[in-house]
Amino acid sequence: MTVTSPASTDSAPPQLSAGPRPAPGPAADEGLARRLRALACTAPLHDLDARKANLAGEYSVYGMAEIALAAIDLVTLNMDFDTGADHDQIVSRLVLRIAAQAPHRPAAEHERVARWVLENLINVGSVDRGFRAVYGVFGADGTYVRRDYDFKLIEEVPGPGGTVYLRTTDEAVNVLVGALDTDVTSAQIAAEVKLEVLISRGRLADAQLAAEQARYRTVQYSETLRRALEATRRNVRAVDWLSTVPDMIAEALDHVADRYRHENAILTNIRKARDESEDPENKRRAAELVDIVKDCIRRHTQLQSRLLEAGPLFRAEQDRQAFATPTPTSGTDLYGHLLAPLLPLPVEQAARVTDAFFARGTGLRTPVSVRVADLVEILLTPPVEREHLGAEMPEPDLIATPDDSRFSEEQLAAAMELLDLPADAPRRLSGLLADARRRDPELPYLVALLAIHAASPPVGTAYRQGERKLLFAVDDGTELDDPEFGGADLVVGTALLDAAGMAADRTEAA
Amino acid sequence: MTEHVEWSEPEAGAAPAGGAVTPADAADAARLVAFGLQPKLQPARDQEYADLLRRYREDPPFARLADAVATGLGLIVLEVSPRAGMAVTAAEDSVFAVRMGDYARRTSADGSDRFLHGLAHLAVAAMAFPRPEDLADDGYIGRVTVNGVDAFVRQACHRLEERAARQGENTDPASDAPGLEAAWRVWARRSATGATKDARRLAGSTTGIVAKAVAFLTDSGFLQRTGDDNGGTYRTTARYQLQVRDMAGSAALAELLELGVVPVTDGTPTLLPPEDADDLELVADAGLPFHSS
Repeated sequence: MTVTSPASTDSAPPQLSAGPRPAPGPAADEGLARRLRALACTAPLHDLDARKANLAGEYSVYGMAEIALAAIDLVTLNMDFDTGADHDQIVSRLVLRIAAQAPHRPAAEHERVARWVLENLINVGSVDRGFRAVYGVFGADGTYVRRDYDFKLIEEVPGPGGTVYLRTTDEAVNVLVGALDTDVTSAQIAAEVKLEVLISRGRLADAQLAAEQARYRTVQYSETLRRALEATRRNVRAVDWLSTVPDMIAEALDHVADRYRHENAILTNIRKARDESEDPENKRRAAELVDIVKDCIRRHTQLQSRLLEAGPLFRAEQDRQAFATPTPTSGTDLYGHLLAPLLPLPVEQAARVTDAFFARGTGLRTPVSVRVADLVEILLTPPVEREHLGAEMPEPDLIATPDDSRFSEEQLAAAMELLDLPADAPRRLSGLLADARRRDPELPYLVALLAIHAASPPVGTAYRQGERKLLFAVDDGTELDDPEFGGADLVVGTALLDAAGMAADRTEAA
Repeated sequence: MTEHVEWSEPEAGAAPAGGAVTPADAADAARLVAFGLQPKLQPARDQEYADLLRRYREDPPFARLADAVATGLGLIVLEVSPRAGMAVTAAEDSVFAVRMGDYARRTSADGSDRFLHGLAHLAVAAMAFPRPEDLADDGYIGRVTVNGVDAFVRQACHRLEERAARQGENTDPASDAPGLEAAWRVWARRSATGATKDARRLAGSTTGIVAKAVAFLTDSGFLQRTGDDNGGTYRTTARYQLQVRDMAGSAALAELLELGVVPVTDGTPTLLPPEDADDLELVADAGLPFHSS
């Protein structure tokens, strides 16, 4: 961007050494123009606060510039490698901050404010969906010229499946973080070293700030590489496949591996800080930091998988493009001969060339001749209504599942009643089975089943739930004499549990 | 389509194509031209079309007759072959020609919109045939995507923006002379996409403009839609290659030369990376289409 161009410093030193100048020359104005443009980027934010009075309703309680900065922050942090930030997600996160500004207002108003701010940052009303600032400078020949500066803060980009995502522009990132025009790699390393130092000294508040900055760099780095890969996909010949691209990919892979190691080390450190920290505030901060670093790692992993795909893609393109039989005739180089020379021209002249291309390049259309009879029919046909609700849901076909329980509820109640033994009078299973058989020929099976379960009573569950008594069964070696069942004649009884004591135990343990 | 047959009969009679031309021959020749006017029709799918094409290639008097019919209708014959069919296109001022005013409504009011629509068509062609060989090779099938075309132009614009910034140029246009704004800026400052109330593509955005161009070219039988990825993916047809190679490319080049811009070339592709090494640290543009100038 012009605003943060590294060439910008060139004009400053002569200014200082040349001493007093007779008139403000173009060099002085160059710096002025740069600052004016930087200033213009903040204007939409101030404008929000100035215009909130015009909204229908009492909105002065909201700090619009603050919401706008938070929105730019959120979009930057949620920019994914492939797409961008989701519109609704940004609104829903923004609402939290807005609600904090005016907790007594209705939620619908909070959302309205969020959408208003976001739409104004995109500048939905204008055809370019951007902003324009007018400023004046002296040209090289001393004439005063007014110029338009066009910029965007949040732009909408196409996502998969025709969806629209949000991205922050370079200008917005500059407004937000400032002076980002440094070497991406070294800036990231610097940010991470800073983070490590801060964590080792236990200064978590600063560490969080540094971690967030590291994440900005990470996002920026992925963005840079994404563009590179996309461009190389286009034409193998456009890229130095012998050294530049493999070097770049190798470098990027090294970088990812390096960052991955580094960030994992940081993650371990912060986790330790989180687990060892006594102060709940520090604990919370450390937990947030863990999330941020995890996010960094996720982004790097994503980047790495892209880098690994690049090689096979290049080879396939190489096969397709380079090993084809050369044709004797040569066509027009559409990009080199037409598109590239055309773009720097003034739009008035360029339009003549594109008009010529359009006139000959669009093919033909057979003119439509309309009959009056058709026209009447077309005009009288009611418009097809667009489906708002989608296709109708089919009525779900529910099948009642048959009740295939072996025993009925009544049988269970009868068995429980039979097994509801007094604590001081346990009984033999044989006796219980005989009792059960008198009531219902099926019941002995249920009783036997419950008794076998009671042989291994759920003590732990009873303890946790604070039960007062528990059914148990013990084998004392006596053989069961029964026409239907075999095995041990268990002694079945009820144990009383010390509920109060157990409750005290539980609270102590917790 | 039948009306073309009726129109052409008196012409055929007025242009005796060497020897005995019967009204039946004229009707056949006109029928072939009528097939050519349906650009989406493929010769392989229609027996009568294929038969007439064979006759055109084997029977020179019939070929001359068909050419005459086409010329009389204001058409230019690009190629007659089994792969492209009777590839005809509209001559200037022909009733079949496409006019920008009919193509997009707002273009007459706003000069920049007119330019953007034209540039979209040029960019689609440049992306479909990235190398001169691709345009010359009859067997080549180009592939384009809507988002790809937009990104490709955007990067070319970005490259120019960087170059201007490096040279300390102030590219912001003067407020009172919008026509003098550099062409790349017009595309660069137009939003790439935008959310609309009914979830359709924003027509004024650059992807909307490119989508309109490819949809139109698809109707012209120049592109075939192959999928929905990246805003819609398309592949080129033989007709599109002929149209760009023989008509549009040269016409636009002639216009460019008239403006005094002479693109220098030695026949090698110009989609090359910059030579100067200091650009290599700009990872973002390592693979950019770049015009060395």
